[in-house]
Amino acid sequence: MKKELAGHYFSWRARLVGRPGHRGWLFKAMIYVLLISIGFVYLYPVLSMFVTSLMGLPDLLDAAVKWVPTAVTFDNYREALDVMRVKETLINSIVGALIPALAQTGVCALTGYGLARYQVPFKKLIIALLIVTFVVPPYVLLVPNYVMFSDYGILGTLKTLIYPAMLGQGTKSAIFVLIFMQFFRQTPLSLDEAARVDGASEARIFFGIAVPLAVPAFIISFLFSFVWYWNETYFTALYLNGNNIGDTTRVSTMLLELQNFDAMYKQRVQQVASWGASVMGESVANEAIKMAATVITILPLLILYFCLQKYFVEGIDRTGITGE
Amino acid sequence: MKGFQTKKEMPAGTGKKSGPRLSMSRKKSLVGLVFVTPWLVGFFVFFASPLLQAVVYSLNNVTITASGRKMTYVRLGNYQDIFIKDAYFMDRLLNFLKEIILQLPLILVFSLVIAILLNQSVKGKGIFRTLFFLPIIVVSGPVMQMLISSGSTTIPLIEQYGLYEMIEEVIPRFLQEPVTGLFSELLLILWYSGVPTLIFLAGLQKIDATLYEASYMDGASSWVSFWKIVLPSIKGMILINSIYVTVFLATSELNEVIDLIRSNMLNASKGFGIASAMAWLYTICILAIIGLCYALFGRTGGGEKPMKRSRKEGRKR
Repeated sequence: MKKELAGHYFSWRARLVGRPGHRGWLFKAMIYVLLISIGFVYLYPVLSMFVTSLMGLPDLLDAAVKWVPTAVTFDNYREALDVMRVKETLINSIVGALIPALAQTGVCALTGYGLARYQVPFKKLIIALLIVTFVVPPYVLLVPNYVMFSDYGILGTLKTLIYPAMLGQGTKSAIFVLIFMQFFRQTPLSLDEAARVDGASEARIFFGIAVPLAVPAFIISFLFSFVWYWNETYFTALYLNGNNIGDTTRVSTMLLELQNFDAMYKQRVQQVASWGASVMGESVANEAIKMAATVITILPLLILYFCLQKYFVEGIDRTGITGE
Repeated sequence: MKGFQTKKEMPAGTGKKSGPRLSMSRKKSLVGLVFVTPWLVGFFVFFASPLLQAVVYSLNNVTITASGRKMTYVRLGNYQDIFIKDAYFMDRLLNFLKEIILQLPLILVFSLVIAILLNQSVKGKGIFRTLFFLPIIVVSGPVMQMLISSGSTTIPLIEQYGLYEMIEEVIPRFLQEPVTGLFSELLLILWYSGVPTLIFLAGLQKIDATLYEASYMDGASSWVSFWKIVLPSIKGMILINSIYVTVFLATSELNEVIDLIRSNMLNASKGFGIASAMAWLYTICILAIIGLCYALFGRTGGGEKPMKRSRKEGRKR
């Protein structure tokens, strides 16, 4: 009797809670509930941002309207596009993210390859320095770099972002070098040896064998660099605008416009009203317009992410992003 | 890394007797140097020399005149000024440190939990992953600012159920503000867990499945195998993540300290000297936190090595 009960207990326990390799349904249900609720937490701000951006003023003021707007309007987008001067800033944003991202990915690949495949003198020291460049906050370098850029006369241009990236000192470059190093260590050495015996040059081995095998690492590095450059505002603001943030004649990016959205909106309203803000009582952007502007700024990233997410999610498994 | 080096050295070692092989290995190390050169140049131009320059600036009073920059050596005067005259900097720095110490463990725990969930065999894994890595793309200073100001990052329920009053009763006063801040930004913390989750997930996937089976055969429950197998084998990831999160929080644009550094730098009456000194104080604090993380998670004890060996054996089979 006792044994039977115990047997029942264990079989039910196995079915509910499960055992390693085979999860019971209670366990599974719990996992789904957790996954979905966390997923909701991630989706909630994005959704509410999107919904709010489609609301007209009456819906915004009506507390009863939370999720479903009574009337969908695209006026907010029109206004936000106008205030952010998207035509100019989009190009700046793309140039300011694409070129540094490409340059950074290329240089980091070279460095990672060199460190992984060759007996570079002082290799350990170089790797240690690499980690130092990651750990030291870039704000220490702010003043000297600012002075250096102003001495070279490239302050206020996108070159301030591109040059450091070209030499492997862009935003979080060290991470990418480590990713590439890890990746190139995993590809078999025998391939290069065979190519070398056949008389291939070192450059040919790199471009012909190593690069094609490392496509996932390239995609991940590019995606991350692009996103980080796109989202960067602290240095961009300083190097592009100096202390004249909001000056419309200067080079600006979409993120900078979003950061100064209130100021830019005020300026815009004043321009339209031609004789001062006193005429226009309301010169503060409402929530819906701000949200529309936010959607516009992250839209290119979302598109990029959803196009590359297959490589992204799979690539993680293969790049050994973590190192050891 | 060790295994790789010995493989590499083999031809060089055997070649030492004959001349041409040796020069071959030297040639190869020179080729390697060529690959690394752009980075090395960048390191000296954009990192090492500005770093030294920053030390010089922080010890000088830098004034900008019509004829250029003028520096007068003031020893530690700038640092003294920050401690004595500046009302905001130390305050904000301490606040930031308190925040980081509270947020760091939370982010680590959250991201580990999420990674473990994502590592289960569930249906629609791809969708969940796509969704969960979304924050990596969206998190940026201005966007977060917009979301915070619109109230999308707080959970309305927390305020309704009087959690804040409860906190005020239970927790010592100097921690109250950061802790209530923590709850109002709970979603923010979840949002920051993107990259750490990614790193943990990669680590979890490296653990050999046979280890779980073996431990089950020996009568270990999931709970036990989490503490005895999962945690030891991702110890390295915990270190990497804690460093990453610290650096991330330190460079986040929502951070008030770095705002102060910038505004001081652009302020004509204070200028480069004070800004550099502030940046150095900030850096020292960050490095101290990273050092602390290293002390906590860095020492890989006996647990790590046998793990690696068994993983390799598993791969051979």
